[in-house]
Amino acid sequence: MQFFFDHFFELTITGLALGSIYALVALGYTMVYGVLQLINFAHSEVFMYGTFAVIWVFTAFGAGGHTSTGGIIGLLIVSVFAAMLVSGGIALLIERVAYRPLLKRNSPKLVALISAIGASFALSETMGLRDRITGFVGLDKPLADYVNGARDNSSLPVEITPKAVFKIGDYSVTTIDLLVIITALVMMVFLDRFVRRSRAGRGMRAVAQNPEAAALMGVNAVRVRQITFLLGGMMAGVAATLYMIRIGTTRFDAGFILGVKAFTAAVMGGIGNLRGALLGGLVLGVAENWGSAIIGTQWKDVVAFILLVVILLFRPTGLLGESLGRARA
Amino acid sequence: MLLEVEGLSVNYGQIEAIRDISFSVEEGTVATLIGANGAGKTTTLKTISGLLKARTGKITFDGVDVTDMPPYDRVKVGLCQSPEGRGIFPGMSVRENLEMGAYVRTDRKTAAYQEDFDRVMTLFPRLQERIGQVAGTMSGGEQQMLAIGRALMARPRLLLLDEPSMGLAPKLISQIFSIITEINEQGTTVLLVEQNAAQALKRADTAHVLDSGEITRSGTGDELAGDDSVKAAYLGGSV
Ligand SMILES: Nc1ncnc2c1ncn2[C@@H]1O[C@H](COP(=O)(O)OP(=O)(O)OP(=O)(O)O)[C@@H](O)[C@H]1O
Ligand SMILES: [Mg+2]
Repeated sequence: MQFFFDHFFELTITGLALGSIYALVALGYTMVYGVLQLINFAHSEVFMYGTFAVIWVFTAFGAGGHTSTGGIIGLLIVSVFAAMLVSGGIALLIERVAYRPLLKRNSPKLVALISAIGASFALSETMGLRDRITGFVGLDKPLADYVNGARDNSSLPVEITPKAVFKIGDYSVTTIDLLVIITALVMMVFLDRFVRRSRAGRGMRAVAQNPEAAALMGVNAVRVRQITFLLGGMMAGVAATLYMIRIGTTRFDAGFILGVKAFTAAVMGGIGNLRGALLGGLVLGVAENWGSAIIGTQWKDVVAFILLVVILLFRPTGLLGESLGRARA
Repeated sequence: MLLEVEGLSVNYGQIEAIRDISFSVEEGTVATLIGANGAGKTTTLKTISGLLKARTGKITFDGVDVTDMPPYDRVKVGLCQSPEGRGIFPGMSVRENLEMGAYVRTDRKTAAYQEDFDRVMTLFPRLQERIGQVAGTMSGGEQQMLAIGRALMARPRLLLLDEPSMGLAPKLISQIFSIITEINEQGTTVLLVEQNAAQALKRADTAHVLDSGEITRSGTGDELAGDDSVKAAYLGGSV
């Protein structure tokens, strides 16, 4: 307990940073749920591919040792676009391969769920076996930097060291904390506005609220679905970049636990609700940090799920309740 | 002919909902399909607007074969349906619902758009009073007005209405029917599906009776309203 009080500000700020990453990934779950009433279990892989995109950008451009601040910032900017591109692309691929053929045949939701779990394994194992795959086509030697140790941890080749910016209590808030939290908030605001104001966003809300009426008004449901997956994927790409800045290490199965946490955040905030995803993510990140400080780090994940259960007991529809449909989001 | 339906059959799995239906709607008129519960009226409308696939048959709109056209393209060529049970967007405001009606239009900043918006406001003053209200909290009758207004915002050439009088008080029913007549007089062709056969036949230029998925009688509204078998089956003996 003493530790908790001594480190209160540090735990809270780093918890918010972690929670921002959960929130960005949670958006993907929540948007797909809002539009399709389906949990996209392959979304964790969308995130994981984004983390590798960041590593590969750094490997391709950074191996020469750009360790100057300017160089790293440049690489990060390229990385975030690469990660958004890769994650968005993977999300579109999932929609095309794992969902569309089933939705076209009006198959039961459970079937689509299983199809998504299958897609998740396939994507994760493809990454975990990338050395074999490139070996099969004889490209493993030239691509060695990218495929070696396919089942081991991969780390950024450059270390990103945070700098202290200002103090809150006795904790020095770092550049990385700020970057993560501010980027996540900016993305949230952007997405919220897009869904509320743009034509595509109105189409998304219409499909979420009444798919049949949306079709009668001329909304192309397939197009709306693609935009939904693409946006969710791009947000996961941003999350992946922030995650790599903070954690620096990923693996073919790194999406799993983060995906579970982000999904928890989405449910906690109210699945289908964009602002709920943000709130759920932040609450979860902070609660995990506080909980592990009070009762021990090994209980971190337990704290997350106990919190989820408690919240759902009192608010079965999550903190902010409404879905993308009903929310004025 | 604005709309021509030829030999249309639609199945739900193995169940045949409508069988070899043919009829047409002339530009500028009001046509109606009447029939008992489960006769296939909604199925027919949904197939015309593209929500359901025809098993056989052909749908021609203004000379263009639209049988295989996806629903969103049919809205663009001028077919717009107000669905059975209203089907408004409950979480959007009245204004946003009306804007959804104009989803496929590209002229949202123009006078033509404003004119259509004003027309809906004049037809349904109640909507104007409640323009900012969340649609899901409106009464059934208000939601029905919104559903019709929303379809009009697409500026359709053919307005498809599926049971606009369902669940409304008698006073509101005659009001809705007067508005449908008014919409038609302003130049929009209307295909009306109704349980309320008396009102529908009174307003319709042409009418068809749908029975267990087949058209059993056709004629002008007055002819069918005066027909003894129609009277017995759908008008409760009196008009
Ligand atoms: N999704 C569906 N799956 C299976 N059968 C259906 C489906 N929808 C309608 N049907 C059947 O098709 C037939 C025609 O239904 P439809 O909804 O077109 O009737 P309707 O004339 O509109 O009736 P109502 O006046 O009650 O609205 C009915 O027997 C109905 O049970
Ligand atoms: Mg019906």
